[in-house]
Amino acid sequence: MSSESRPPVIQVQDVRKRYRLGVTDRSMVADELASVWAGLRGKRDPHTRVGGSLSDQRVGDYFWSLRGLSFEVFEGDILGLIGRNGAGKSTLLKLLSRITPPTSGTIRMRGRVSSLLEVGTGFHPELTGRENIYLNGAIMGMRHAEIDSKLDAIIAFSGIEHHMDTPIKRYSVGMKIRLGFAVAAHLDPDILIVDEVLAVGDAEFQRKCLGSMRDVASAGRTVIFVSHSMASVQSLCSRAIWLDKGAIRMDGATEPVIREYLQECSPQDREQVWSAANAPGTDEVRLMGIRAISDRADGAFTIGHGISMELDLDNRSITDTDLNIQLIVRTGTDSIAFISDLTEAIGTALWPIGSNKVTCIIPPDLLNDGGYRVSVLFQRRGNRHFLVTDALSFDMQEGPRKGAWFMKWEGAVRPKLKWIR
Amino acid sequence: MDHERNKVRWDVIVEPTQPWWRLDLRELWHYRDLLKLMIRRDLLAIYKQTLLGPLWQVLQPVLTSIMFAVVFGLMARMSLPGIPPMLFYMAAVVPWIFFSNVIQRTSQTLLWNATLMSRVYFPRLLAPMATTASTMVSFLVQLLAFIGIALVYRWSGRYAWSPGLGMLWVLPLIALMSLLAFSIGILVAALTTKFRDLTFLLTFGIQLLMYMSPVIFPLSMVQEGSTLRRVIELNPMTAVLEGFRSLLLGTAMDWSTLAYPSLFTAIVLGLGLAIFQRVQRSFSDVI
Repeated sequence: MSSESRPPVIQVQDVRKRYRLGVTDRSMVADELASVWAGLRGKRDPHTRVGGSLSDQRVGDYFWSLRGLSFEVFEGDILGLIGRNGAGKSTLLKLLSRITPPTSGTIRMRGRVSSLLEVGTGFHPELTGRENIYLNGAIMGMRHAEIDSKLDAIIAFSGIEHHMDTPIKRYSVGMKIRLGFAVAAHLDPDILIVDEVLAVGDAEFQRKCLGSMRDVASAGRTVIFVSHSMASVQSLCSRAIWLDKGAIRMDGATEPVIREYLQECSPQDREQVWSAANAPGTDEVRLMGIRAISDRADGAFTIGHGISMELDLDNRSITDTDLNIQLIVRTGTDSIAFISDLTEAIGTALWPIGSNKVTCIIPPDLLNDGGYRVSVLFQRRGNRHFLVTDALSFDMQEGPRKGAWFMKWEGAVRPKLKWIR
Repeated sequence: MDHERNKVRWDVIVEPTQPWWRLDLRELWHYRDLLKLMIRRDLLAIYKQTLLGPLWQVLQPVLTSIMFAVVFGLMARMSLPGIPPMLFYMAAVVPWIFFSNVIQRTSQTLLWNATLMSRVYFPRLLAPMATTASTMVSFLVQLLAFIGIALVYRWSGRYAWSPGLGMLWVLPLIALMSLLAFSIGILVAALTTKFRDLTFLLTFGIQLLMYMSPVIFPLSMVQEGSTLRRVIELNPMTAVLEGFRSLLLGTAMDWSTLAYPSLFTAIVLGLGLAIFQRVQRSFSDVI
């Protein structure tokens, strides 16, 4: 692992990338005046973009996607790039793939670079699978004779021999990825850049891909791999770089970087506390606070551990049993993962006047990895009393896996069900 | 340690700006297979779209020439005496169609290939090169059609067409014209990424250029030294078209007139490459 003895293959020096933000905010004089008026009254500018944490990345009409990255990658490294959406991972890959130039700084690379950034990149829908192998190979800089000599291996690796003479527009996404990866892996690249495209393939093909990435690296070549799946980064990469808001947050051996990364999860979203004056609710009942707590010792939210959602209620005037609470859990794609109903679960009972505590426990191995948001619905007499939208939001992280699947696991939930054999 | 690092030979250096003269010809050569595939793709697109296919490629200049021959040749008596109007017009219409097609098609290459370019790297200059080459195929077919028609005139005894081996001199002329059209095309391609409405202006500009060139009249018809003559000679295609006519019809050719279009091409090529190379790199950020 001592990298100093090996020559660097990639050298990134103080690379910055700036994007111009579209003219969406102040396209009209009236908007501009509204901003000024708000400023005079000491109010928040109505045209400020939401998301204050990004303010250091945003300067005027520009957005700094990368803010001064410097690192070196050495021969035989398998480097994992991790970080949240918008951290700059994709931008960095685009720069390395020479799709877009940096705003400042220099990237130096040695050898042939091949990158697999998107599904079906460089495929022509009207051409057949076989013809597309030649087209895709040529785009990656392969000579015709070179492809000829590797055609059989590429076709065998893709596992879609029978569809080679079908136009690629009839292919499924999975088949396109198989073909795309097969070509990229047989290109003998000195540097192989793989974005999270493999997430769509099936387990067996993913294992093949991970295996061939390992082969590329053990042949003294270099792999850069981006994934949201910590399990696959952990299993594949010797080194990881954590990008955060366009800068390197941590760079080192995979294990500690992932541990640090998992520990950090915006804590403010995991708890909300209101004052008596602004607590959501009615004169009958109010929600005073809500928090999500992991039963893991270090507090990280991983799918192998349970999560307790604690609600603090202030019962002001309800003297009967007619109060129901529902927790509506949505996924990152805004579909409802499930709804849990208090009355359905434990029936009804009297609510003492004053503060009440209600806890709902999400068992281990129910949620999938990814983001979740929880809304709280209060019901009286079978009707909506009030709704607190997105009271909680948290990211679930991957834990260790037993099987062969190391990529994104599809689904709103991922319950561990009972299997019998 | 640092000394050792500096010895490393880097193959790829990515920097914010790239001087235009750092045109990597070796890289273009390495990608010649992709160029071939792109030419093939362009040809398929041209020939699959139309019902008549390749026939249309020949019909277009023939019909245009017939129209010009009737309107300007027979009615307005603009063609040279002693030469059949049909041949007189076709000798200039064929290169003109090539010239205007190359400009129009290459100027669209960045926009047409936008999705591909925002996802993978390849030398961007390949796209306009492929377009120019595939348009050249149509041009050569049309040139053959011209020769065929000229032979018909000869055999029927209506015109003693016999240019001989001297006609091979059209090859350097074709090269010059291709380079000129390619240069203007990439210049416009680079500019259209910023100013999309330039496309409409371009169609008008090309048409204007045609009336400013001796496509529909012989240059000798315009009085030497007159303002109109000077304006027409300002058009770099004027000398090129006159050259085509001389070589294809077998009349006297004045090579010295090509000095101006050659110089013009060199300047536009440099300018076009400079701006194209500048724009293509950050192009995927704009779309």
